[in-house]
Amino acid sequence: MVFLDFERPLEKLYQQLEKIQEIEAQGDVDVSATIKELEKKIKNQRKEIYSNLSGWQKVQLSRHPERPYTLHYINSICKKFTELHGDRYFKDDKAIVGGIGKIDNETVVIIGHQKGVNTKMRQYRNFGMANPEGYRKALRLMKMAERFGFPVVCLIDTPGAYPGIEAEERGQAEAIARNLFEMAQLRTQIVCVVIGEGASGGAIGIGLGDKVTMMENTWYSVISPESCSSILWRSWDYKEQAAEALKLTAEHMLEFGLIDNILKEPLGGAHSAPEEMCKILKKHIKKEIAELKAIPMDELLERRINKYSNMGVYSNQSEIKEGEVAEK
Amino acid sequence: MSWFKRLREGIQTTTKNKKEVPDGVWHKCKKCKHANTIKELKENSFICVKCEHHVRIGSADYFDLLFDNEKYTELFEGLVSKDHLEFTDLKPYTERLKSAQDKTSLTDAVSVATGKVNKRPLVVAAMDFSFIGGSMGSVVGEKIAKAIDYALETQTPFLMISKSGGARMMESAFSLMQMAKTASKLTLLAKSGVPYFSLLTDPTTGGVTASFAMLGDINFAEPNALIAFAGPRVVKETIKKDLPDGFQTSEFLMEHGFLDFITDRRSLKNTVGDLLQYFEKSPSKESA
Repeated sequence: MVFLDFERPLEKLYQQLEKIQEIEAQGDVDVSATIKELEKKIKNQRKEIYSNLSGWQKVQLSRHPERPYTLHYINSICKKFTELHGDRYFKDDKAIVGGIGKIDNETVVIIGHQKGVNTKMRQYRNFGMANPEGYRKALRLMKMAERFGFPVVCLIDTPGAYPGIEAEERGQAEAIARNLFEMAQLRTQIVCVVIGEGASGGAIGIGLGDKVTMMENTWYSVISPESCSSILWRSWDYKEQAAEALKLTAEHMLEFGLIDNILKEPLGGAHSAPEEMCKILKKHIKKEIAELKAIPMDELLERRINKYSNMGVYSNQSEIKEGEVAEK
Repeated sequence: MSWFKRLREGIQTTTKNKKEVPDGVWHKCKKCKHANTIKELKENSFICVKCEHHVRIGSADYFDLLFDNEKYTELFEGLVSKDHLEFTDLKPYTERLKSAQDKTSLTDAVSVATGKVNKRPLVVAAMDFSFIGGSMGSVVGEKIAKAIDYALETQTPFLMISKSGGARMMESAFSLMQMAKTASKLTLLAKSGVPYFSLLTDPTTGGVTASFAMLGDINFAEPNALIAFAGPRVVKETIKKDLPDGFQTSEFLMEHGFLDFITDRRSLKNTVGDLLQYFEKSPSKESA
């Protein structure tokens, strides 16, 4: 198990538990009572730690190395799934995966950022940072879904779109912009779930949908706390402050009306009980698709565009009358 | 042998007491260091007379350059940013806003105007880099959305002049969502057959490039403008290599297929005028 810095008290308890379990294995002494007590302590400790997480701690959790990634969810949720590769123009991006599958009896197209599970795979997946061809592959699959009326599910988990020379040459900005434009009018249901990191343009490039949900321990922001710290504080040392200032947690995002709902994670985060998390996600996706399918397509598109049109907070001075403040 | 003897070396005036050269006399070109008089610069559409460098200008300058007889009506001037996140880094966002407003006498980083270009109506939204780096927050997104609505209602072509460092960090996810908002709105123009022209000027980067700036029916740029998703510094830090010459310039983007053409600012008005003529609905179509 990997423990984050704020989980240290838990690590100690787990170490104690391990030792006692060793004693139990030797079979000389009955330690079941102590084990029970320790397990209870662990549970309480976990509750305590997890009931009051800061923005930065949630960022850490969203990046937990044992957290499930897109393909893990897909393999668990779909009874069948075929990965489909390539953007048909340039190549197959490994940081965005996509394909067609069945969730129970419903055919869906699922697209998501994919991170690697070990050092070698992390490089192979480019740390979940997509190149333009990743966004173009995503769009190709979405257009196919539109033709056949399959709902689209997008799983978001990226530290950002890749900022490399070739990415710029091949039009990273155009690829993301095009996806936003096409997704706004895509004539099928789109369900987006932030399953880890939701960093900026790289996230929203597959993140415009009828319903956008964040898992409890994820973040969504215009910039990562580290980069924000380096630009606004002119030092890398203010990431905690930046994480607070950016108000990037699921609670804030819901409060601001920028997402539609929050998906509760098992106590201790998605990584502590991945299969439970998969079940929660599956249930959620099925429910959202069923609800969206009940809405006529033209109305769905109108709602989608209106939803995004209403995002933003500003005051209109030309409407302010004496003694009152116009707010939106 | 000089007449006067210098008693003390160097500049004695403290920075605090430094007198700014009055506006409207000289402008030193950032590229070639040539000192243009403001008058000759203005007469040359704010292009350095020596090296052809396109000096960064503001929304009002573009409106003057574009609209017939410099006559236009500004729209949606009342929209003002709010510090909904109560964002503070080294300075509170409210202070940054206030100093930007005082410094520029603008309300935010985009202005919208409507008027005639070579006798044909046009809606223009132009960004101001001098206002917090032309960054896109809620107000920028909303003003562009309103400009698009106006273009839709009046069936008038829409020109967006981008000049921006990207999204406004101090509005976090609100600024990010402006990408989705503006792109969504543009789909309505496309559906309704109202042309959208996107002019990219120096610099156009980040979330602005990755949303409305790249979505024009026509994408065109001023010469040698920086146009990017990730800025050159970020790319350099990522790849840890020197960047090739001319990387992320207008010319580079056109070579890679992302711009239709590049236009000298002196011919901007007529270029836009031509576009308006090409895209003008034929009378038979209108009556149909």
